[in-house]
Amino acid sequence: MTVNITLIVLMAAFFAAGIYLLLERSLTRVLLGLILLGNGANILILATSGPSGRSPLYTAGTPAEEYTDSLPQALILTAIVITFAVTAFMLGIIYRSWVLGRVDDVQDDPEDRRVADQDSYDYEDDADIIADTTEFSEAEDPSAAAAADRAGRTEGPR
Amino acid sequence: MLTVLIVMFAGALVAPALFARFGRSAFFVLAAAPAGGFVWLLVQLPAVLGSDQVALDGGSGAPPSVTVPWIPSLQLELAFRLDALAAVLCILILGVGALVLFYCARYFKSDDPDVGAFGAQLLAFAASMFGLVLADDLILMFIFWELTTILSYLLIGYSRHRLSARRSALQALIITTFGGLAMLVGLVMIGQTAGTYRISEILASSADLVTRGTIIDVAVALVLVGAITKSALVPFHFWLPGAMAAPTPVSAYLHAAAMVKAGVFLVARFAPGFGETAFWYPVILVLGMTTMLLGGWRALRQHDLKLVLAYGTVSQLGFLVMVVGLGGQDGALAGLGLVLAHGFFKATLFLVVGIIDHQSGTRDLRVLSGVGATSPALFAVALVAAGSMAGVPPLLGFVAKESVFEAFVHRAGDGVVGTLLLGGIVLGSVLTFAYSARFVWGAFALKHGVPRTDFKRVRTSFLLAPAVLAVASVLFGVWPLPLDAVIQPYASLFPVEGDTAHLALWHGFNLPLLLSVVTIAAGTALYLLRGPFERLQGRLPSARDAEVVYRSTIGVLDDVAVGVTGRTQRGSLAFYLFVILTTAVVTPLTALIVFDAPMPADFRIADSPAQVAAAAAILVGIVAALRATKRFMAVLMVGITGYGMAIIYALHGAPDLALTQMLVETIVLVAFVLALRSLPARLWNRAESRHRLLRAGLGIAFGGIMAVIAMSAMASRNSAPISIAYPGMAYDEGGGANAVNVLLVDIRAWDTLGEITVLAIAATGIASLIFVRGRGDKRRRADGVEDGSVDRGQEPLDAGGRAGAARALAMRFADVSRDPWLVAGRTLAPERRSIIFEVITRLLFHTIIVLSVYLLVAGHNLPGGGFAGGLTAGLALAIRYLAGGRFELAEASPVSAGTLLGAGLAIVTLTAIAPLFLGGAVLESYILEFWLPVFGDVKFVTSTIFDIGVYIIVVGLVLDVLRSLGSEIDERAESDDPVAEDTGADALVPPATEAEGVRP
Repeated sequence: MTVNITLIVLMAAFFAAGIYLLLERSLTRVLLGLILLGNGANILILATSGPSGRSPLYTAGTPAEEYTDSLPQALILTAIVITFAVTAFMLGIIYRSWVLGRVDDVQDDPEDRRVADQDSYDYEDDADIIADTTEFSEAEDPSAAAAADRAGRTEGPR
Repeated sequence: MLTVLIVMFAGALVAPALFARFGRSAFFVLAAAPAGGFVWLLVQLPAVLGSDQVALDGGSGAPPSVTVPWIPSLQLELAFRLDALAAVLCILILGVGALVLFYCARYFKSDDPDVGAFGAQLLAFAASMFGLVLADDLILMFIFWELTTILSYLLIGYSRHRLSARRSALQALIITTFGGLAMLVGLVMIGQTAGTYRISEILASSADLVTRGTIIDVAVALVLVGAITKSALVPFHFWLPGAMAAPTPVSAYLHAAAMVKAGVFLVARFAPGFGETAFWYPVILVLGMTTMLLGGWRALRQHDLKLVLAYGTVSQLGFLVMVVGLGGQDGALAGLGLVLAHGFFKATLFLVVGIIDHQSGTRDLRVLSGVGATSPALFAVALVAAGSMAGVPPLLGFVAKESVFEAFVHRAGDGVVGTLLLGGIVLGSVLTFAYSARFVWGAFALKHGVPRTDFKRVRTSFLLAPAVLAVASVLFGVWPLPLDAVIQPYASLFPVEGDTAHLALWHGFNLPLLLSVVTIAAGTALYLLRGPFERLQGRLPSARDAEVVYRSTIGVLDDVAVGVTGRTQRGSLAFYLFVILTTAVVTPLTALIVFDAPMPADFRIADSPAQVAAAAAILVGIVAALRATKRFMAVLMVGITGYGMAIIYALHGAPDLALTQMLVETIVLVAFVLALRSLPARLWNRAESRHRLLRAGLGIAFGGIMAVIAMSAMASRNSAPISIAYPGMAYDEGGGANAVNVLLVDIRAWDTLGEITVLAIAATGIASLIFVRGRGDKRRRADGVEDGSVDRGQEPLDAGGRAGAARALAMRFADVSRDPWLVAGRTLAPERRSIIFEVITRLLFHTIIVLSVYLLVAGHNLPGGGFAGGLTAGLALAIRYLAGGRFELAEASPVSAGTLLGAGLAIVTLTAIAPLFLGGAVLESYILEFWLPVFGDVKFVTSTIFDIGVYIIVVGLVLDVLRSLGSEIDERAESDDPVAEDTGADALVPPATEAEGVRP
């Protein structure tokens, strides 16, 4: 199968530009990057499906090899429409994030940051347990008071 | 066998309901299940004991067994077999289980809300233990093994408000699961080597298996890891004292009679065949002896009665594993005798401690005083059990210990090791005697200088369970014959050295008797010297506690987990993408190089000069999009690449794609403009972000690798595409000349079905994002909307010059009294209206709709179809919206978007299913040919109905985009409050976030 250099170059350019934009912080550019990636993928499917030829509209007597491959076309058509739906959805997200936070940026997840900053002290694992010689005491948890005291000390200044 | 098992599990299932009905008395009902099982066991005993213990199932004289196929392809079956060893364990599991459940009925408060779940877990635990000892399949045994682990976790953590209970439960779970996993590996190794997972068959062929060398040695060692974690041997012993945070009946059952015996059982199960493997004796004897001495030593230091017993149990478990693993007929007999004796006396003692705690509110032996005098019956029961533990005649503990001594006296002749073992055992027994005495003294003695403990009278029903067990200790001590009969069949699996050993109270004057006397004398001395001894213990440096090691291990694990998570889960999308994309570049590159991927030999510049031109235009668009600093400029440039794609498709011979791409690109542009109009014009409000070169490098690398992959893929093709026959097939069988359309609605209709479902979901997602509360399908129509009220006063009206003149003209136009061009055009503010646009819209709208229907119907034979048609109709709606505002759109779409999506999905689904009722396959299509008055001969393909559904869904999607990103955002912008309609939970967000939004 001969390789169509124009299409390959075009595809590579789409992917390169798409990735470049995808790694941006601006949500709008991320979305544009996604669209470019989608175009690149479509070209990939198109290029690998073979050379151009007759449209796959059946006319009696035409040899089967003369038509362009119809299967990749159906795949691309599906992809085009899905990309539209995803784009619109992303636009909704961009608008919403702008309305709520006045930002058009991909935000870092503070929850993940908090995990990384976690103290190695864990109440369940490391709190001191006070020896307790009965099951029938009324006190809820003899260790709780000590632990609350400890927690107050370690987490208070934050 | 199965019935007993099922009844117990079923009892556990209904237990919560029973407790809701009867309160704590439901324990009596639960106790009936194991009690019934115990009766069944007694009935079975003659058959079990009379059977040939090594006979395989189906062979003559085999023990009772049941096998139910489960997963034959994995050789997995529910195989149960009641041999003598299982029967001995069942005596403890069912007998003690019934008594403990009975005891619980008096132990718990009647208003305890958690007692229902507790009862269920305890009974389920008994059932699991029962299944564990009966299982004749390695995997089945493992499943029951882990069930007991999980249930013990729940039972230990019963007082979940206590930190000690939660932590001990987790600690026990982690340690026993660790051992269980090691054991699973060992079991699988054994099963694979033996070619069967049947335990009875494996034991029968053990002589052959042990000659396989290392693999079996290692496998057995791994199984032993499971046993020593479960039975709390050094270095895993510490979880057992921790587990004393469980309610005392749990300690009595799990940690004395049943669960910890599972490890002993495992040793006993494999001892007849695998006792000669390389690691067996080192592990069993060294760890067993260490555990026995360490436990006894520690028990003498405890002040909590329960901990005295707990360390005593640790010590005894070491002892048990050592004796059971010793091998030989005398060792096996002594081992199982000791297992039974220990089950009886230790359960009794725990239950006694439970009563003391219940009646007096403490278990601290420094506080208790004079309980023996207050409650003589309890004292008597405890004295018997403690005596049995200490090995005082004529109790069962003495009988068992005598035979142990005898077995070890035999081994002592073998050399230094045997003598050391005997010495160690005697030393351990001395410690045992001492802590038994300490227990009795601590619980019951009247202590000098300690006030008498306030002790409530013990009800008979409360005392019944420990009393029965104490009676058993006496009865079988005086009359050990029945136990000897039960154990002998198992012991006979081992070779006999000298005379056959028997359990008996009196063996005559011999060395074991002398050792017993020595033990009792030394133990008494140690007890009497407890004061100095305690001081000595206090002075000795205590070794680093295994629990400390465990906790620091867990601590390090936690820190490593946090560290790894912190390094990898940074919360930055760009970082994740970097990692993913780098992998996506490196992995295929490696594969291409390593596997010497084929590369094409033939190249051509392009298919046509026009293709080169289109590609050049697209490249310009791409570069411009990258460099654009204004938001809409970037969008527009990306749009150019999209239109360029349409040309590429058209040149390639794909008219459907070209058409669809054109339409989509246009609607996407509209959507972009609508959605982003409230965002600032400039694309970034800070200096160009960092890592620019890195991003560019990664992008170029990715583009390059994709190019190589594409070329390699093209060079790899070695057969004709399956789609070569599609155009012909589409025409002959699909009834359409347009192969692409027939593919979509017929040949690959499943794909399309999935795709339009995604479309419907995306549409709903957009509407939900913008409307927040619901889909907002009920929109206000134009009726009653004041003229010129929409979008008024956004700009200063007093501008002169051209703008002023234009507005004056527009005002005049707005006032003319004749049929308007558009239904709701009047609602727009005059300065927003455009007469030309309104007229053109009026002229074009219906034409475009007709065109869209034509595309839909003609699509089967010509370029077009449901997607193109739906997008075209969507464009028509977009024009109406742009010309006449949101009320115009509402007037143009009397059917809501939600209804459209639903109707479309319904049509498509029905089309898909209908052929089933006609005897066809899902999504099968039919060709109908008939004659209509105006149209003449008509060839109708049912897949067109499918396409109509697609059309409707696409229209719904576009409508949702326009309504959400257009109408709704308009309305918010006019009301000057972007989140005006967000009430409820959402209303909490804006004040805080808006304050943040100001931040640079």
